Amino acid sequence: MVTAAMRETALLEAVWDVLRSVEDPELPITITDLGLIRDVRVADGRVAVRLIPTWTACPALTVIRHRVREALRALAGVREASVEYTYDEPWTLERMTPRGRQRLREYGLSVPACRFAEPPECPYCGSRDVRVESLFGPTLCRATYLCRTCRNPFERFKPPAEPATA
Amino acid sequence: MPPGLAAIADPALRAAFRDWLLRTADDELVIGHRHSEWTGFGPDIESDVAMSSIAQEEIGHARAFYEQAATEDGSDADTLAFGRSPAEYRHAILLERENGGWEFSILRLALYEPFEAARLRLLGACGHEPLAGLARTISREERYHGIFAQTWLTRLARATAEGRMRVQGALDAAWPDALGLFEATPADDLLRARGVLPQSPASLRTEWEEAIRPTVEGLGLTVPPAAAREGGRRGVHTPEFDRMLAQMTEVRRSDPEARW
Repeated sequence: MVTAAMRETALLEAVWDVLRSVEDPELPITITDLGLIRDVRVADGRVAVRLIPTWTACPALTVIRHRVREALRALAGVREASVEYTYDEPWTLERMTPRGRQRLREYGLSVPACRFAEPPECPYCGSRDVRVESLFGPTLCRATYLCRTCRNPFERFKPPAEPATA
Repeated sequence: MPPGLAAIADPALRAAFRDWLLRTADDELVIGHRHSEWTGFGPDIESDVAMSSIAQEEIGHARAFYEQAATEDGSDADTLAFGRSPAEYRHAILLERENGGWEFSILRLALYEPFEAARLRLLGACGHEPLAGLARTISREERYHGIFAQTWLTRLARATAEGRMRVQGALDAAWPDALGLFEATPADDLLRARGVLPQSPASLRTEWEEAIRPTVEGLGLTVPPAAAREGGRRGVHTPEFDRMLAQMTEVRRSDPEARW
C-alpha cells in the first residue's frame, strides 16, 4: 500500500532531481552545485522552493526562477509550485559544492576557497603572480585579471564582499 | 516570504516606512540610470564595464526595494519605478544631476557610497524581515562600488594640476547636493520615535562626514563651506530630472500595458 507519506517522500526526491538539473544561464553550473537552494517544502502536492540569490541584481535570477517553476509544474503530482528568493541568509562561497568549483575551473574561471580577499591564482598555470585588471567583468559575479607568468587574461569568481574583510 | 511592511499594524507608521523604502529605491534607480549613461562612453573599456555593472546593480537594488514597497498597495516594481510623476519621486537632488565629466560621476559615486553603506546598516538593524535581510545582503554587494570610486578619485586628484582642479570643481558643485541626502522628513522622525529605525536617517550625516572628509582632504581637496541644498525628499526636483524621467520612461509610455 502506498501511503501519503511515501508519496510525499517520492515527490520530494523528484523535486530535488529537478533542482539538480537546472543550470545557471550565465555559468556552466547547476543551481544545486552553486548552492542556491535554501529549503524545499512539499505538502499535499504543493511545492515551495526558496532560493538564495548570489547577487541580488543578477539578471539570471528571473530566468532561474522561471526555469525552476516550469520544471516543477511539469512534474507528476505537483498541483502548485512556488519559487521565491529569500534574504534571511546571505549567499557565501562555502555554499558552492566541490563539483561546482571543479566545473567552473574547467571552464577557465578561478574560484576562491572562501573569500575574495584570498590571493588569486591563475586557473591556467597556477601562478600567484597575477594582477587585477578590474573588479568588474562580463557578469556581476566575475572580476578580470592578468597572469604575469603565463600572460593569459583570466576571470575570477567574485562573491559579495564579507563585511569583515572590507 | 516574511511579512515585511504588512507586519506594522499602525497605518501611519507603515506609511512612513513605505515612504522611506521608496526614497531608498528612488535614490538607487536615479543614480543607477545616470551611471548607465556611461555605457559605451567610459574613459576605457574596464571603467565602461565597471560603471555599467554598478548601474546594473543599483537598478537591481532599486527593484528589490520597490518590490518591498509594492507589497503594501498591490502595485508592482515597474509601476513604482516608471509610472509616477516627477514630484512623486523622493531621491536626493545629487543623484539626478547630469553626468557632465567623468570626474563628476566618480566624485558623486564616492560621496554616495558611504551614505548608502550607513543607511543600509540602519535598515539592517530595523528588526523587520525581509527588509533587514535585504539590506544586509545588498551592503555586501556595495563594497566593490566604494573601492572603484576611491581608486578613480585618487587617480584623478593625484594626476595633474588640471585633474585636481576638475575634481575640486566637481566637489564644489556636488557638496551642497550631497548634504541634501540627509534632508529630514516627518517620516524619519516617526520611524525614529517609534523605534523602527535605531537612529534618524538625518543623524547619519555626522558619521558620513567623518568618513568622507579625511578621504577628500587627504587628496588635497577642500570641502566647500556650503549649506545643504534640499528638496528632493519632498519631491522638489530640477529640470535635469524632468529630462531624465522623460527619457527613462519613453518606451514604457509608448505602451504601458505591454508585457515583456
